[in-house]
Amino acid sequence: MAKQYETVIGLEVHVELATRTKIFCGCSTAFGGAPNTHICPVCTGMPGSLPVLNRRVVEYAIGVGLATGCEITRLCKFDRKNYFYPDNPQNYQISQLYLPVCQNGRVEIETDTGKKSVGIHEIHMEEDAGKLIHDEWEDISLVDYNRSGVPLIEIVSEPDMRSAQEVIAYLEKLRLFIQYLGASDCKLQEGSMRADVNLSVRRAGEPAFGTRTEMKNLNSFKAIARAIDGERERQIELLEAGASVIQETRRWDDNKEYSYAMRSKEDAQDYRYFPDPDLPPVYISEEWLEEIRSRQPEFRTEKMARYKAEYGIPDYDIDILTGSKRLADLFEAASKICGRPKKVSNWLMGETLRLLREREEEPEDIRFSPEHLAELVMMAERREINGSAAKEIFEAMFDFDVSPGQYAQEKGLQTVNDEGLLRDTVERIITENPRSVEDYHSGKEKALGFLVGQTMKAMKGKADPAAVNRVLRELL
Amino acid sequence: MDILSLTAAQLSERIRKGEISCREAVEAVLAQVAQKEERYHCYISLNGEAALEKADEVQRKIDAGVLSGPLAGVPMAVKDNICVEGTETTCASRILSGFLPSFSADAVLRLEEAGAVLLGKTNMDEFAMGSTTETSAYGVTRNPWNPAHVPGGSSGGSAAAVASGECFYALGSDTGGSIRQPAGYCGVVGMKPTYGTVSRYGLIAYGSSLDQIGPLCRDVTDCAAILDTITAHDGKDSTSVDLKREKGDYISALTGDASGLRIGIPRDYLGQGLDPEVRAAVLKAAGALEDRGAVVEEFDLSLVEYAIPAYYTIACAEASSNLERFDGVKYGFRAEGYEGLHDMYKKTRSRGFGPEVKRRIMLGSFVLSSGYYDAYYLKALRVKALIKRAFDAAFAGYDCLLGPVAPTTAPRLGESLADPIQMYLGDIYTISVNLAGLPAVSLPCGMDGAGLPIGLQLIGDCFQEKKLLRAAYAYECARGQFTRCPG
Amino acid sequence: MANIITDETIEYVSILAKLELSEEEKEQAKTDMGRMLDYIDKLNELDTDGVEPMSHIFPYTNVFREDVVTNGDERDAILSNAPGVKDGMFRVPKTVE
Ligand SMILES: [Mg+2]
Ligand SMILES: [Zn+2]
Repeated sequence: MAKQYETVIGLEVHVELATRTKIFCGCSTAFGGAPNTHICPVCTGMPGSLPVLNRRVVEYAIGVGLATGCEITRLCKFDRKNYFYPDNPQNYQISQLYLPVCQNGRVEIETDTGKKSVGIHEIHMEEDAGKLIHDEWEDISLVDYNRSGVPLIEIVSEPDMRSAQEVIAYLEKLRLFIQYLGASDCKLQEGSMRADVNLSVRRAGEPAFGTRTEMKNLNSFKAIARAIDGERERQIELLEAGASVIQETRRWDDNKEYSYAMRSKEDAQDYRYFPDPDLPPVYISEEWLEEIRSRQPEFRTEKMARYKAEYGIPDYDIDILTGSKRLADLFEAASKICGRPKKVSNWLMGETLRLLREREEEPEDIRFSPEHLAELVMMAERREINGSAAKEIFEAMFDFDVSPGQYAQEKGLQTVNDEGLLRDTVERIITENPRSVEDYHSGKEKALGFLVGQTMKAMKGKADPAAVNRVLRELL
Repeated sequence: MDILSLTAAQLSERIRKGEISCREAVEAVLAQVAQKEERYHCYISLNGEAALEKADEVQRKIDAGVLSGPLAGVPMAVKDNICVEGTETTCASRILSGFLPSFSADAVLRLEEAGAVLLGKTNMDEFAMGSTTETSAYGVTRNPWNPAHVPGGSSGGSAAAVASGECFYALGSDTGGSIRQPAGYCGVVGMKPTYGTVSRYGLIAYGSSLDQIGPLCRDVTDCAAILDTITAHDGKDSTSVDLKREKGDYISALTGDASGLRIGIPRDYLGQGLDPEVRAAVLKAAGALEDRGAVVEEFDLSLVEYAIPAYYTIACAEASSNLERFDGVKYGFRAEGYEGLHDMYKKTRSRGFGPEVKRRIMLGSFVLSSGYYDAYYLKALRVKALIKRAFDAAFAGYDCLLGPVAPTTAPRLGESLADPIQMYLGDIYTISVNLAGLPAVSLPCGMDGAGLPIGLQLIGDCFQEKKLLRAAYAYECARGQFTRCPG
Repeated sequence: MANIITDETIEYVSILAKLELSEEEKEQAKTDMGRMLDYIDKLNELDTDGVEPMSHIFPYTNVFREDVVTNGDERDAILSNAPGVKDGMFRVPKTVE
């Protein structure tokens, strides 16, 4: 039955821009800090205060627009969106409705069902709201305006997506563009990238769209996928039961896997947009646009080609590494220092991804520096540490960004390079294990492994396994 | 010597010469306040102690030669919709009772730097919405020429304070005539500068695209001196204009001569609804300018009758949004006995705002609401463009326009509020100036039979303050000393 | 009066404006708004086809700040005006979406 329905999805993606200051005042955008310590009269809506636009916000927005093939609106304006809510200190949000900075773009995606182009209706600049914290003790809410006025771009897609898979492919592509631009770290969990899903269903073949709902509070790709499936089911059930879908905003509860209608009827949803008289228009000249264009970074496609030519690492590695700006940056920087791109790639593709998965983190959360990764690679190259020590050091580095050299020294993890001690130990092991020596001489290679193990154990794991092997064969 | 009879510039000269101390000046004004304030109620808040302290501080700077400008040591007042750090700023509204701004308006900072001594915050119509200073939540201000009459508004407290000698000059704000009209009713000089000339930072917004801060003072020389001080580019106000002008150039424009000035009188400004006494006084003033060498003629300025409906649409729309921030969360008044968030908003705003403010918020919210935005708001913005064009055409032929400030002299208390539209019609000669962003000055040009002052208005082209002040000063010289307010 | 303002309209606009009007105020608001709109309708006498709506009086553009932190900690001065404060935050009635 559900098969007869097509899901139609459009996305509104909010991205917090990586500027140092807020969009309309000189307050810091730094995360953390006690509540209301990054505030001023402007971002708390004090009477008499006025907004002044941060130039970087416009440049980042244009950068994202160019990356997604948008037309740049040469004369764009800010409008006020009026609605009462305590996280919004002026009770209007400065946004763009009539002349958004970017329009008519597209993002190419690829899924199991093939390649597809998702249209971008517009990208506009706006200010973020403050944070509401619920106080359980008194059953009241508290407002912190540290995030109020943090610059956002809102990327509004066309209703071109038909499945959760397409949605995630689109979001990943978008995120990569923005991360490559350095315009945001795009962390869904922390809210620096937030996706609202507009979803409707229609019977296959029907030309008109069904009534859509908007879902908010989606803070991971998994939640987005579940919310899409859940909302699709809910709408189909309604239609099958002869009821109709109500156009409304719903909040996804990922634990209950169900969405709930938001906002009371007290809100008439009539935002009374009008041009903000406090902010003159922004005129984007050809020269300015050219300057921004010339500063655009190398995006993924170009980077992939260059990696192939420059580093000679497998396509599989290139695909993964360039799939994250953070991984790609780490790879390039560490390779440059140690000159061992394949080894660097191995650490990133293997241990790094494994630990990220284990810790439920993303590449953007990586704490270790490329310098330390390069140092670790070189220590292993120089056989100063053996494989198991390297893994132990890496894990400490991954969690606490320790210096590998220092850490190895403190923990006594360096390989013992004392040939005399090694020979003495091997001789002792041979004497203590006549059976294994016999087995070895009768052709059982496995016995050698046992002897290597015994020697390593006797040397508390600090021997270089290759050296142990060599000395054993020699003395046997 | 009567200190109170001096203008600001005269007083500061005497102070600089050591003939009068700053403290003496403040004491003289405070004595006048003690005598008159109960009757006129020009102020919402006053701080004589702070003024005396400030006077001593300024005196030391003058003595040390650090301060030598034409406003140094002069006691003054600020309209209560202009922020002064740490000083209660209420907009004459209950909703802002107790509000202490954490910063001062740019214009206030510049005056303080020039040695101004702040006495207090003057009364006004609530949120500058009104033409009589009767909508204040803190009581009405009376006209010092005749306390049975209003001082005009919304900067009525500032105008009355200057007229009654309760300060030497004051700041006001003008969104649709709120400096010029009370100046006219109270027989003082008031000026609205070109939009963007004086920073709006620290002025609590009513209609952001129309609001300007300006001076109310004794004569055109003071007006030029104050304007010289408060005109500046301010990076905190995105609509502030960088004029790159020279310091003191407004004062230098005052020559007393009007030769070569082409002055146009819009015929519609002399038509129906204009009181004959006002008309006669204005035409006499035109004659005086002619005698000083100006060429004066009548002409047709089109669209005059469309300014008021366009203005109220735009001003109320902007006000409905600007006043959303008053919600009981961050500052001022919060109602008691509410149930939940939205009820708190509604109770706070319903009890915190007076009837005229609510009337304009309702109208403004309506004209922006879905389905009406194009028909009302955008239409008004288009008419505004046409009005601007009409003025552009006028200024192609004239250096200045001349006309009355208001159709009548100050009405009696209680006469205006009964019929809002009738009250709005009183702004017919001042409002289009704000729509077109123009500078305009109001100065006394005679008395009516009831002993109330009549205001003359001169309107200049954008950024042509010097020409405008030149014309105003030439008229003032021709007119001679204006009758002193009996207050 | 050409513009008849209904109870529903007054109700709707007062929700938008967050105002709670008494019955008397509602009646007054209906009359006032109707009269004002009649008056504003005068603008329709003018042909404004092809006239660009003028939101800013001067054609200035590109007024920017550079991306440099200029503000220090103003928490105390700002919070000192709030009718309700707890733990360095503004206190409001329970707000749930
Ligand atoms: Mg948005
Ligand atoms: Zn701020």
